Amino acid sequence: MHKWVPALIPTLVAGVFANQAIAGEINLKVNIPQINTAEYHRPYVAIWIEKPDQSVEKNLAVWYSQKKATNGDEGTKWLKDLRQWWRKSGRDQFMPLDGVSGATRPVGEQTLNFTEGKEPLGTLPAGEYNLVVEAAREKGNREMIRIPFTWPVQKIDRAKGVGQQELGDVILELKP
Amino acid sequence: MKHIFTLLSLAISMSASVAHAHGYWVVPSSTVLSSPQFVTFDAAVSNDPFQFNHRPLVVDSLSIIAPDGSKVLPVNLMKGELRTVFDAKLEQKGTYRLEMLRSGFRANWKEGDKAKRFMGTAEALAKEVPDGAKELQVTETVNRLETFVTVGAPTTLKTTGKGLELVMSTHPNDLVAGEPVEFEFLVDGQPTEGIEVVMIRGQTRYRNNKEEQKYKTDKDGKISVTLPEAGLYWLDADFTDNNVSSKLAKERALAYVLTLEVLPQ
Repeated sequence: MHKWVPALIPTLVAGVFANQAIAGEINLKVNIPQINTAEYHRPYVAIWIEKPDQSVEKNLAVWYSQKKATNGDEGTKWLKDLRQWWRKSGRDQFMPLDGVSGATRPVGEQTLNFTEGKEPLGTLPAGEYNLVVEAAREKGNREMIRIPFTWPVQKIDRAKGVGQQELGDVILELKP
Repeated sequence: MKHIFTLLSLAISMSASVAHAHGYWVVPSSTVLSSPQFVTFDAAVSNDPFQFNHRPLVVDSLSIIAPDGSKVLPVNLMKGELRTVFDAKLEQKGTYRLEMLRSGFRANWKEGDKAKRFMGTAEALAKEVPDGAKELQVTETVNRLETFVTVGAPTTLKTTGKGLELVMSTHPNDLVAGEPVEFEFLVDGQPTEGIEVVMIRGQTRYRNNKEEQKYKTDKDGKISVTLPEAGLYWLDADFTDNNVSSKLAKERALAYVLTLEVLPQ
């Protein structure tokens, strides 16, 4: 009982401000690097918000192949290669995830905007979080980036994660 | 022969994407034996070496050649959904060569907007591909897969002078982690520059980076390789030239695939 009451206050406050059209925003730039290889497939990518205990608070995006292969394999066959996301959330979901899942994205900067009060972000209790981006590519490698942030947002803030192989720069912009 | 090609083309049409070939491999249960015994083999088509997660390998064109040159017939052949399995009793002392040779012609063309494809013999190709086919591309393919198992001491391996082949400075069943090895690649028996080679250690599921090693042969057809860790390695070498056996094709795509076991120091 004691735990959730203080946690609720910022939500209530945010609720008051929501009436004045002030809602927190998470803007993301996820760079998918160009990889020179004989056979390139776009990576599968999962993006989610993680609590300090590393459990999943919100799924923000899952990009995977929407095509059915000629041998009947569905794109969902390889979702388990997003290993962390799969064991923490993916295996408990029914794909496609409304407003979250979509087709794989091409090389370059992918921009995503999430607004408080709107799905898939919805309401986020005050606290410490990580933004997690996980990528896995067929005939390629796997990589995961974590960027810590605090919610609700007090002032415009910006944080960057730097990928080494399957991800380029991941830029997290927070707006109150 | 026709039967083999039918199966081959079927296997290829079943893979997810044709322009993008999956790897294929055969892996023995042991490569170094101190007494004659049975060895079992797994064979599959997959992106991840030695992990059967895609299709079984069609092994109709596979041979197991004993040290004296005779052929050993595989037994207990089973083609499952994800892998093919067979056993072989290795009774002689020396090195057994398991090889799978596949050759033929691959054609791509267009009928209207539809992409058409064919794989098979030169004779069948002449029949199947319509006269004046649009955007017709014909490639001759020559593929060799190998793996080796030795009972007792390793014996010298001979090349055939046909297609893409490998000569190693250390016998393939005598590889130790951390020791440098020189690989010499031959095309129709001649050391050849510019052959692209990829090596991947197995068990990629258990690491985030596949640690793929890429090489290109020098003017003597050679690459120097150090295999830092013990384990099973998958090698894939590819080369394209114009030495076609039929005027139907403009180019020849040669491929060589090998499974190696490297033991700890």
